[in-house]
Amino acid sequence: MSEIITQLSIFVNNEPGRLAAIASTLRECDVSMKAFSLAESVEFGILRAIVQNPEQAYEKLRSKGIVMKKTEVIGIRLPDRPGAIFETANVLGGAGINIEYGYAYTGDNGPMMFLRVDDPRAAVEALGASGVKTLKESEI
Amino acid sequence: MYWNRKIECMPREELKELQFTRLKTLVDNLYSNNRFYHDKMKAAGVLPGDLTRMEDISKLPFMHKQDLRDNYPAGMFTVPATDMVRYHVSSGTTGKPTLVGYTKNDLDYWTEALARSLTSIGITADDTMQVSYGYGLFTGGLGLHYGAERVGATVLPSGTGSTERQLELMIDLGVTAIACTPSYMIHMIDVADRIGVDFRRDTKLRRAVLGAEPWTEGMRQRIESRAGIQAYDIYGTSEMAGPMFTECEERKGIHVSGDLAYVEIIDPETGESLGPGQKGEMVVTMLTKEAMPLIRYRIRDLTTLMDEECECGRTSPRIERISGRSDDMLIIRGINVFPSQIEYTLMRIPEVGDQYMILVDREGALDTLTIQVEIRNEAFSDRVEDMISLKRRIESEIKKYLNIGANVELKDQGSLPRFEGKAKRVVDRRIMT
Repeated sequence: MSEIITQLSIFVNNEPGRLAAIASTLRECDVSMKAFSLAESVEFGILRAIVQNPEQAYEKLRSKGIVMKKTEVIGIRLPDRPGAIFETANVLGGAGINIEYGYAYTGDNGPMMFLRVDDPRAAVEALGASGVKTLKESEI
Repeated sequence: MYWNRKIECMPREELKELQFTRLKTLVDNLYSNNRFYHDKMKAAGVLPGDLTRMEDISKLPFMHKQDLRDNYPAGMFTVPATDMVRYHVSSGTTGKPTLVGYTKNDLDYWTEALARSLTSIGITADDTMQVSYGYGLFTGGLGLHYGAERVGATVLPSGTGSTERQLELMIDLGVTAIACTPSYMIHMIDVADRIGVDFRRDTKLRRAVLGAEPWTEGMRQRIESRAGIQAYDIYGTSEMAGPMFTECEERKGIHVSGDLAYVEIIDPETGESLGPGQKGEMVVTMLTKEAMPLIRYRIRDLTTLMDEECECGRTSPRIERISGRSDDMLIIRGINVFPSQIEYTLMRIPEVGDQYMILVDREGALDTLTIQVEIRNEAFSDRVEDMISLKRRIESEIKKYLNIGANVELKDQGSLPRFEGKAKRVVDRRIMT
């Protein structure tokens, strides 16, 4: 299914300079981040990033010893009007799909939202059926 | 395969006679010719004539590391400098460095011990052995170097460091055996992973002789499964000569050649002798050393004596894997904790990587224990709560096995220190008053 987007999730120690070290590896590997969010606990963080060529970026970063995994997320274009998030969340809620986390980003093509849900395929289907278009990787 | 079948398989009774003859000669000589030993025996009220059988050794006073330090540099030497052919200086795991001197015979016996040990784990003239212990003042490099040469193996004296180059040489020269610290072995495997070298596919490495620091069975299993090799434990301290004794292929304890060393196990508190099977502090008497004899030397390593004869046919007594050094014991909130117990616990948890650090601090009046572990990539989850529950699970395992609360910090790969020589995984930042 092409409307599932591969997100890279990267483990980051919560200590000074660690994010910089990982960012420097990203640069070294020529990985360009389009959107990201940083989840944090007291001792560590998880960097979640949407990048160009995620498969290739994953291989490169793993070979540098970065602790990471590929996670499937879905992307939605957000119309710039009140209630836009509600509509999406409402469809997913109605379909019994749980949203674990999400983050938004404003790119060249307007605002978008990335969601990690417990069943991404069912989410794409449910959203599609109610007229909410999910994004392909090429559309980000 | 034996290097010296006659000695290695000598019947116990005969071995005991040989041990006693050597002990008697040594003690007679030291009592008459050496000020330190003469005074020490006098103070303990024991004369050479009081030794009538091997068991009488327990009448002799203990020697301590402090004796070596107090008599630094040359006070413990029993031969003139002209008879000395080499010095080594210990790394000073605890306190000041210790100087050890060797005569030609001392080097010869040390090398003989290693030739027996290497043969017992199947290393022969057909092998190419990479010696990745430090060369120089440390005994590991030169010791294994001469031992491997004596069995006729081809030696690659690579020392420590330049790990990528070492891997390249290992591949190019078809190295079949390596000697280094277990922590350096792990480091090499990590580096190999990173640069895309697969030990099974790209190297001919079959055996590793690992020692110079305490390590656990769990660490052995990890090394073996990651590199596809057999890893053997080697034991020895600089005071004894250096690394000397290994397990045999049975891998049920370390054979201590009885013609060279006599091992007793004592209760560290009372000094009383403990029988076979009882864990205590090892006391060593070196039966052939010339330049710096050791008589009932309290080596401070903790182990158990295994007295039954090994299936390999060697009659020498064996000691169990060293579980720690009594000096390494940490007292945290009144509880005795050995770093090896922590390693043992961590290595049983598959999500935990092979690198860890132990940090001890004091906050107010309370000791705190922090254990940092690198997590394996397979154990990483995108969900924060999964990672927190992993952390809690490691903490509860530590609590279960050591009965002490610890804070576990999860770290990413490569963020904890790597060690090329002896690992220093414990950092005690308490200020002792």
